[in-house]
Amino acid sequence: MAVTTRTPGVTAGRLDRETLTSNFADLHGELSPHEAHVAADRCYFCHDAPCITACPTSIDIPLFIRQIATDTPKAAAKTIFDQNILGGMCARVCPTETLCEQACVREKSEGKPVEIGRLQRYATDVVMAEGTQPYQRAKPTGKKVAVVGAGPAGLSCAHRLAMYGHDVTVFDAKDKPGGLNEYGIAAYKSVDNFANKEVDWLLSIGGIELKQGQALGRDIALADLQNTNDAVFIGVGLDDTNKLSVPGAELSNVTDAVQFIANLRQSTDYTDIEVGRNVVVIGGGMTAIDAAVQAKLLGAENVTIAYRRGQEKMNASRWEQDLATAKGCTILPNLQPHSIAGNDTGRDTGNNAVSAIKFEYTTSTATGLQGTGETVSLAADQILMAVGQTLDGAQDGIAVKAGKIQVEGAGRTSVDGIWAGGDCASGGDDLTVTAVAQGRDAAEDIHAHLTSGD
Amino acid sequence: MADLTTDFLGIRTPNPFWLASAPPTDKEYNVRRAFEAGWGGVVWKTLGSEGPPIVNVNGARYGAVFGADRRLLGMNNIELITDRPLQTNLDEITRVKKDYPDRAMIVSLMVPCEEQAWKDVLERVTETNADGIELNFGCPHGMAERGMGSAVGQVPEYIEMVTRWCKENYNKPVIVKLTPNITDVRFAARAAKAGGADAVSLINTINSITSVNLDTMAPEPSIDGKGSHGGYCGPAVKPIAMHMVAEIARDKETAGFPISAIGGVTTWRDAAEFMAVGAGNVQVCTAAMTYGFKVVQEMISGLSDWMDSKGYTTTAELVAQAVPNVTDWQHLNLNYVAKAKIDQSLCIQCGRCYAACEDTSHQAIWMKEGRVFEVNDSECVACNLCVNVCPVENCISMEPMAVGETDPRTGQKVLAEYANWTTHPNNPSVLEKA
Repeated sequence: MAVTTRTPGVTAGRLDRETLTSNFADLHGELSPHEAHVAADRCYFCHDAPCITACPTSIDIPLFIRQIATDTPKAAAKTIFDQNILGGMCARVCPTETLCEQACVREKSEGKPVEIGRLQRYATDVVMAEGTQPYQRAKPTGKKVAVVGAGPAGLSCAHRLAMYGHDVTVFDAKDKPGGLNEYGIAAYKSVDNFANKEVDWLLSIGGIELKQGQALGRDIALADLQNTNDAVFIGVGLDDTNKLSVPGAELSNVTDAVQFIANLRQSTDYTDIEVGRNVVVIGGGMTAIDAAVQAKLLGAENVTIAYRRGQEKMNASRWEQDLATAKGCTILPNLQPHSIAGNDTGRDTGNNAVSAIKFEYTTSTATGLQGTGETVSLAADQILMAVGQTLDGAQDGIAVKAGKIQVEGAGRTSVDGIWAGGDCASGGDDLTVTAVAQGRDAAEDIHAHLTSGD
Repeated sequence: MADLTTDFLGIRTPNPFWLASAPPTDKEYNVRRAFEAGWGGVVWKTLGSEGPPIVNVNGARYGAVFGADRRLLGMNNIELITDRPLQTNLDEITRVKKDYPDRAMIVSLMVPCEEQAWKDVLERVTETNADGIELNFGCPHGMAERGMGSAVGQVPEYIEMVTRWCKENYNKPVIVKLTPNITDVRFAARAAKAGGADAVSLINTINSITSVNLDTMAPEPSIDGKGSHGGYCGPAVKPIAMHMVAEIARDKETAGFPISAIGGVTTWRDAAEFMAVGAGNVQVCTAAMTYGFKVVQEMISGLSDWMDSKGYTTTAELVAQAVPNVTDWQHLNLNYVAKAKIDQSLCIQCGRCYAACEDTSHQAIWMKEGRVFEVNDSECVACNLCVNVCPVENCISMEPMAVGETDPRTGQKVLAEYANWTTHPNNPSVLEKA
C-alpha cells in the first residue's frame, strides 16, 4: 500500500515529489519591478527613520527604498551591503515583523508597513543575479586574521576585514560554509541554494581563504591561531542542543529539531526526508516553528507545537505563529513534557519507538512556572525537540557568561587579540542580522586595532 | 436631488460635463457612445478646410508623466486636427445631433486666417444643425507652424479679427478656445469679447516635453529618434488652467463673460472648483482618455451629492461663487496670524514636517524625546509647508490666532483690523507719501 499522510510511524514519501516541490517553494516570492515600484512608493522617507533604528545592522532603509523607486536597484543594494553584507539572506530570514517593519510608521498608522524585507530582497537579488562584487580590497596590509566559524558573524567579519586589505582565513567545522544560513533555516525561506551562492559571492572580494571541516578544539587549537595570526574572531554559534530530561526521552524518533531542519536543507527534493504521522514539536522559538511547518509540508497528518509557557511568551514572532497555524499546525501553550511512552513493538529489535507523549499543564505564578497536576496525552510517532541550543564547549581562558562568550564593546573577549560575535557571544538577539552586525563591528574594531599599532 | 441641467449660451444640457475637442470626439462611433454613457455635450474634434486632410505621425503621439503605481498625472500629445475628410465629419455630426437633440454638439474649427476660408467652412457647419462652434486658437503643435491654432491665439488682434468674421457668418454661439502659451491670458479673452464672441473656453494644452529617453537621448514621445514639443494636459495642468479661468472671471473687462473651463478636470470636485472660479461648464478629455467614457458617471453623482449637501439646487447657483475671493497679493490681510498645530493623536511620527521645516523653512518644529513633533510658535510663520508634506490628512492644521492674543514670534498683539501691503509702513510707496 502506498504511503500517505495517514501511514503510521515515521516514513519518507508521504507526499509526491510535485506536491513537495510546491510546498517548499519560496515563501514570500520575488517582487516584479512594477510591484517593487508600488511598494517603494509607500515609503515616507521618514526623518531619522524608526526602521533604521530598529534594524540591528542600521541599514539606511528610506534611502535604499528611494533608490529602488528611482530605478537604481544596484545603488539600493550597495546602500544595504554597506551595512549588511548578507543583506540578501537577511531579506529572506529576518523577522521583519518584529524589527524594521514593526517600527515602520505605516504599521502604526494603518497596520500595513512598507514591505521592507521584500524590497531589500528585490534590490539585493539584482546584484546577486549579476554576481558582481561591489567592493574592492584595499592594498594588502600584511596582517593576518583567523575567523572561526563561517556563519553570518564570521562571514560578515571576514568580508569587512578583507575589504580593508587584511588576509583572512576562515575555519569552519561543517562540510559547507554558511552556518545557520546553510543548515538552520526553513527550506522555503532560502530556496535555490541561495545561502551557498551568497557565500561564493561574498568570498569573491578575495583575500579570504576558507577551510572546511576544521572544528575549534578538534582540528585547530586557539593557541595556534593566536600564534599565527594578528587577531582571532570567534563566531562558532551554538552548536550543541538542549535535550529533554523526562522518562522516555531516549526512545527512537525523539530527535533534535535542529538536525531535522538541517537534513531538510541538505535534501534535493524532500522525498528522502522521513516524517511521522503525528508529530509533536516541543519549544516556542523559531526552530520549533520551522520544524513544525516543514513537518506539515512533508505530509505529517497532525503537527502540534507544545510550549511550556503562555503563547505570548513564545520567542517566535506572532507572524511566524500565524504561519504555522495557517499551514495546519496546532499550537498548544502551557504544556510541559511529563513522560514519553514507547510502542513496545520494537522492543525485540531494541528499536522501541515513541508512540505518545504526556504533558502536564502549567501556570505562571509569582515564583515561576508551576505544573498544575493535570495532564494530557498526545499520540506521537515523532517528537522534535526545539528547546534551545548551547555553546559547544568554551575555550580555555576565555570568560563565559550565562553560557555565552562574554564580550564587551565591539566583540572584545576577555583575552587580548580575540574577538567574538554571533550566537556564541553575549549580547543581542540570536538572529542572523544581529550576527552580521556583530561580525562587522568586530571587524571594524580589529581593523582599528591592527592599524593603530597598539 | 440637485438639478444638473446647465444652460450655457442658451444651449441646455443634462449636466455641465462636455467632452473637449480631442480624439474622444473625433467620430460618430465615439460620440454616440459618449452620449450613451451620459456626457452632456461634445466639442467635435477640430475640422479644417475642404481639401486633402492633414496627416498625423505614424508613431507615438502621446507622452506621459506618471505618479505612483503609474497613475497618469500628465499627458502630452502631438496629434493634429481631424485627419478625415470634412464631409465625412459633417455628415456624422448631422446624424448624431439629430439623434441626440438634448445634448450639446459644438463643432471645433481651425482654418487659415482668411475670411473666405472661414466663410466657406461656416456655411457647411450651419447645415449640420450643430449648436455652436468653437474656434481652435489654442493647438500648440504642428498647426501653429502653419499659422493656425495657437499662432492666432497668441495675437489678440488676430483673435478679434477671426472672431468677428465668424460672428458675421454664423448665427449660433461662437466660443473662442484660448491658448495658455501666452504671457497674460486676459488680453486674449478681451480680444475674443471685443470680436463679439459668446464665450471663451480654456485652456488648450501647454507646450511641453514630458521626458527625455536617456538611452536614445530623444525627447518623448519619439518619432524615429526625434521628438517635438506637444500639448500638455491632464491633472497636472489643473492649477494653471484654474488660475487663467479665475483671471478672466475677475478681470473688469471680462467679468461675467461665459467661460467653458478645460484643463485637468478628472473628478466632480475639479468641475465644482472650476465652476466656483467662474466657469459655466467644463470640458473633459484626459480623464476620459485614461478611464473611458464611464468616468462621467462619477462626476454626475459626485457633483449632485455635493450640491445637495450644500443646498445648491442648480449648477447656475454655484458658478463664480469663489470669484470675489480671488484677489491680488497686495490685498491679503497682513493682520491675520495663524500657527501650525499638530494633532498628536493623528501623528504617525514620520518626521517629514520636521525635516521640511528644519532644513528648508523656519526651524519652527521641535523633535522631542520619543519622536514627538511640536510646533515652536515663536518661529512658526504658518507657511503651510508642514501641512503639505504631512502624509496624514488633517494631522497638521493652520489655526488662526484670536484677536488680542500676542504672537510669540513678533511680540505683537493680533489686531482685529484688516490691513494689507498697500498701507504697510514697509511699503516704499507708503513711505514716500508719509
